[in-house]
Amino acid sequence: MKPKFQLRYWNHVNGWLLVLPAVFMISLFTHYPIVSNMFHSLFSMGTATRPTTFIGLENYIYLMDDDIFWKVLSNNLIYSMCTVPISIAIALGMALLINRNIKGRSLVRMSFFTPTVLPMIAVANIWLFFYTPEYGLFDQVFAVFGGDSHNWLGNPKTSLFCLIVMVIWKESGFFMVFYLAALQQLSPELKEAGLVEGSGKWYYFRRVTFPLLMPTTLFVTVNAVVNSFKLVDHLIIMTKGGPDNASSLLLYYIYENAFSFWDTSYAATLTVILVFILAIITIIQFAVVEKRVHYQ
Amino acid sequence: MSTIILKNIYKSWGTTQVLTKINFKCENGELLVLLGPSGCGKSTTLRLIAGLETPTSGIVEIGGKDVSNLPPVKRNISMVFQNYALFPHLNVAENIIFGLKARKVPKKEQKKRLEDTAALLGLSDLLKRKPAQLSGGQRQRVALGRSIVAQVSVCLMDEPLSNLDAKLRQEMRQEIRSLQQRLKMTMIYVTHDQVEAMTIADRIILIKNGVIEQHGTPEDLYNQPATAFTGSFIGNPPMNILTPDSPVMAACSSLLSIKEATTPYLLGVRPENIRISEDSGIKVMVEAIEYLGADTLIVCRSAKQIITLTVKGKAGVSTGDHLRLNWKPEHIHLFDAKDGRRMEALPKDITS
Repeated sequence: MKPKFQLRYWNHVNGWLLVLPAVFMISLFTHYPIVSNMFHSLFSMGTATRPTTFIGLENYIYLMDDDIFWKVLSNNLIYSMCTVPISIAIALGMALLINRNIKGRSLVRMSFFTPTVLPMIAVANIWLFFYTPEYGLFDQVFAVFGGDSHNWLGNPKTSLFCLIVMVIWKESGFFMVFYLAALQQLSPELKEAGLVEGSGKWYYFRRVTFPLLMPTTLFVTVNAVVNSFKLVDHLIIMTKGGPDNASSLLLYYIYENAFSFWDTSYAATLTVILVFILAIITIIQFAVVEKRVHYQ
Repeated sequence: MSTIILKNIYKSWGTTQVLTKINFKCENGELLVLLGPSGCGKSTTLRLIAGLETPTSGIVEIGGKDVSNLPPVKRNISMVFQNYALFPHLNVAENIIFGLKARKVPKKEQKKRLEDTAALLGLSDLLKRKPAQLSGGQRQRVALGRSIVAQVSVCLMDEPLSNLDAKLRQEMRQEIRSLQQRLKMTMIYVTHDQVEAMTIADRIILIKNGVIEQHGTPEDLYNQPATAFTGSFIGNPPMNILTPDSPVMAACSSLLSIKEATTPYLLGVRPENIRISEDSGIKVMVEAIEYLGADTLIVCRSAKQIITLTVKGKAGVSTGDHLRLNWKPEHIHLFDAKDGRRMEALPKDITS
C-alpha cells in the first residue's frame, strides 16, 4: 500500500520538524554541556605555559581526598534535609490557610508570595541586615529580652542555619502557589461529602486532601531538591561560603573553583558529581514516589 | 423516627431572596421529591436540611429535634451528590466505609456492613476498583452504597441521576425506589425532571422562584394543579394554558357556559383530553406534528394561541390541515389570570 506508507512517512517528518527547535535548544544548552563537561573533567588544568593534558580519572582521585569537597557535600545535605521538608510543610500550611474564605485573604496571599517576587540580591541584603551583630533586627529583638549580641553569620556554628532560615522564608511562598492552585482544583462536593460522612478536619486532610495533593507534593519536592543544590547568589552576598567553608554549598564550591581559582577541570569534575547526585535523587523520587501518587 | 419538618424557612444571599416561607413536613419512611426548574431553590432547600447551608431564618427539625444549628455530621443523615463526590484516590470499598472509619465504627462491624451493602447493590466484584475504572451507573451505586452503609434513616439525594443516560436513569430510578421501601428510609429527592418525580415520589413539592407552588401526591399535582405553573410543569406534553378569547370560548360555549367574567381567568386543558371533532369546537390549523410511536403530538394554532394535543397511534393529519377541537367540561381547569391560582369554579354570577 504505497499511499499509506507515504502518509506515515510524512507524518514522521512533520513530527520531527515540529520538535526540531526544541531538540536543538535542549541539545545545545543541556546535552552538549553535560557531555563536554564530562570530557573536560578528564583533563588537567591548562595554563599559559602548560597546555591541558589527558589525565584520566586523576581529578576524581583528588576529589576523594579533598576535605573541602566532603565539607561542602555534608553542608549541602544538611541544607537540603532542612530546607526541603520545612519549606514544603510551611507552604502547604499557608495554602490551606488562605484557601478558606477569610477577610483580607488577598492581602495575606500577597504577603505570603512577596518573598518569591523580590530579587534574590535584595533578599540577601535584607537578611544581611537582620543578622548584623549589635544593631541587626534579630540582635535588637534579643536585646529587648536581655540577650547578648551574636555574630550570626560569622560563627561557623550558626552561619549555615542562618542561610537555611532565609531560604525557607523565600521558598515557601513560591511552593504555596502550587499548593493553592491544586487545592482550588479539588471539588467542593468532596469536602461536603466529607462533612456529611462525619470526617473531622484532620481526618479529612489526612485521608482526602493530602493524598489528592500528592502530584503537587511530588512536583514541589523535585523542585525543592534541585533548588537546594543550586544556591549560589545568596552565598555570594551573605557569607561567601565562610567562615572556613562552614556555609559553603556544592554549587558555590564549583563556582569558586571555576571562576576564582580558574581550575576549570576540577570544577568540571565537581559538576559531574553534582549532576550524578541530582540524577539519582530524581530517579528515586519518580520511581518510588510516583507509584503512590494518584493522578486525577 | 425521622420525620423532617421545615418551619418558615427563609434564605437569602445578599439581596437575592432564594427561599421564601418554606413550610413542609416529610413523614417517616416517605419519599418526598423537591421538583422545580433550574435555580428555583430546591437544591438549596436540600442543603439546608443537610446542614451544608444555614437558613437566614426558620427552623429545621429532624426526628422531632431542632437541628438548625447542628453541623451535618450531627444530623444523622446521609447524602448522595449530583456528581457522586466519590474520593478518586480511594477504591470502592474504602469509599463506602469512609464515613464508618471516620466515626470509628468497629472494624468487624465495618466489614460486615460493607459486605451487606456491596451485595445489596451488586458491587461485590468491584470493591478493589478506583472510581475512574467504573461506569457512570456503577459510580452512582457506590455513592448510594456510601449513604446506605451509614444506616441512618434519612437520605438526601441531590439530582442523583442527572449524569446518567436515559435507559440507565430509568433502571436506577426503580432501584432507588425499591431500596427506599425495603430499607424504610425517609428520603428527600431533588430533581428537575417531572417524569422522575411522578414515578418515584410518595409526595411532590413543586417549587418556583423559592416559593412552594404545590405540595401533594403525584395524582394531586396532575389532576388538581394548584396553579397554572403546576399545570404546565407536570405532564408531558405540558397543559395548554389558554386565554379565553372568542374562538376558545366558542369551543367551550357549546359545553359549558362561561360568560364575561368579573375576574380575568385562564383555561387549562391537558393535551390528552383534547379531541378532534367533525363539526363542533375551536377551528385550528395544524402547525407541526411529532410522531412518538405510541402517540402523536399535534401542535395547532388558533389566532394567537398555540394548542397542543396528543392522539393515540399515528394521526391522519398533516401540516396545514384545518381541524376542529373540543374538550369535555370536566377537563377544564380554571386559573386566576393575575396570580395563577386555581379557581374551583368561576364566581357564581358569571356561570349560568
